[in-house]
Amino acid sequence: MYDQVNSNKRRSALLTLGFVAFVLLIATVVQYLMGVGPIAFVIAAVFAIGSAFLSYWKSDSIALAMSRAIPADPSEYPRLHNLVDGLCIGAGIPKPRVFIVEDSAPNAFATGRNPEHGAIAVTTGLLNLMNRVELEGVLAHELSHIKNYDTLVNTLAVTMVGIIALMSDFAIRMMWWGGGRTKRDNRDNDSSFVPIAILGFILLLVSPIIARAMQFAISRRRESLADASAIEITRFPPGLISALEKLRDDTTVTSSASRATAHMWIESPLARVDEEGKLSRLNRLFDTHPPLEERIAALREM
Amino acid sequence: MGVIIAIAVIVLIGLFLVMAYNGLIRLKNKVDAAWAQVEVQLKRRYDLIPNLVETVKGYAAHEKDTFEAVVAARNSAMTASGSGPAAQSGAENALSGTLKSLFALSEAYPDLKANTNFLNLQEELTATEDKIAYSRQFYNGAVQELNTKIQVFPTSLVAGMAKATAREYFKTDEAERGPVKVQF
Repeated sequence: MYDQVNSNKRRSALLTLGFVAFVLLIATVVQYLMGVGPIAFVIAAVFAIGSAFLSYWKSDSIALAMSRAIPADPSEYPRLHNLVDGLCIGAGIPKPRVFIVEDSAPNAFATGRNPEHGAIAVTTGLLNLMNRVELEGVLAHELSHIKNYDTLVNTLAVTMVGIIALMSDFAIRMMWWGGGRTKRDNRDNDSSFVPIAILGFILLLVSPIIARAMQFAISRRRESLADASAIEITRFPPGLISALEKLRDDTTVTSSASRATAHMWIESPLARVDEEGKLSRLNRLFDTHPPLEERIAALREM
Repeated sequence: MGVIIAIAVIVLIGLFLVMAYNGLIRLKNKVDAAWAQVEVQLKRRYDLIPNLVETVKGYAAHEKDTFEAVVAARNSAMTASGSGPAAQSGAENALSGTLKSLFALSEAYPDLKANTNFLNLQEELTATEDKIAYSRQFYNGAVQELNTKIQVFPTSLVAGMAKATAREYFKTDEAERGPVKVQF
């Protein structure tokens, strides 16, 4: 368990370093192509370090806001709060904030940089579908993510992937606007806009791959690990097994989730592409979650 | 050269003593905190029971034996409280048993089961029972950790210095541990 915590802290540091390096690399390329001097590098450095800090301190709020999560009122959701209370006593961690996502698809996620700043969000669909022991299993799974510091890595990834996506968006816009303007107003500057266009194009190609690879590195194994630690808390495998079976049989797509937050949820929130054909096999390679069938089988072994 | 080695050995031993001592103190505090948590949940259960009994009485007044059993079990659990985990576990487990029969009884009264006050109390008590189970699990885990540390060499050497003594487990009901019997 402690190894898991340490490896997650190490991973977070690597992720942050990788992110800062990536931004600085882009800045160097821009500087080289446009010849704007060291200013670009300094701006990028400030931006990268600033956003890394922002990711650390604010990533939980960002992830919650992105999923349109609202705080769960204890008087309206007594069962949810009671279950979280009990599990936290069993796991020996402080109680995280509890949130509700208005969504008919059953799903849940956890976030927060450490157990003291943890938060759990569940969809209304999950509350409707699961009975008490099943809900307990799911919540124990999410609490294990917080306890093992998986959420630190996950939420950092959300913000950083988001920022990379934003940057590529920005570069693409610049590409269109710049391209449009040069033709009419300023033919002399033409040469400086072409590199930006190329850069934008490269970013456009590269950033989804980076984003996917980042999430891929993050979530697959830890889902099974969190399942195991959840059982360590509840001591009742059938609860989580039957919850996962319900999730497997449910085909609704979580509409509150986006690509950036996909890896945080207990079940992959994105629609599964046709299981046949080569394309789907490639898709499976990038899948953020191991198949539920495998997780259920692993739990049955316990 | 010999002096340096001697100093290094002494420093290492000192370092080990400090770490072992601090580890034991930390564990001792963890066990105390865990026990405090158990007591909070037990107290919460004592507080909920009178309300529950009053509510059920309104619908099933003639089930007097069951009420009396619950109230008696609550009182004996309350008198036992503060006497330590091992002494308390018997009374607390008896209380859990009588509460179960109270809830089983409520199944026969549809009006009672439709009462929102009763449903709220039932949710609260179920949750409290869960929390008692979880806090017991956490407490027993902490006790096991501490007791092992005290017994194994070389931390056992420091145990006296840290005034760390083996603690009692908060045991579950013997009947609960057996296989569940299903009757149709």
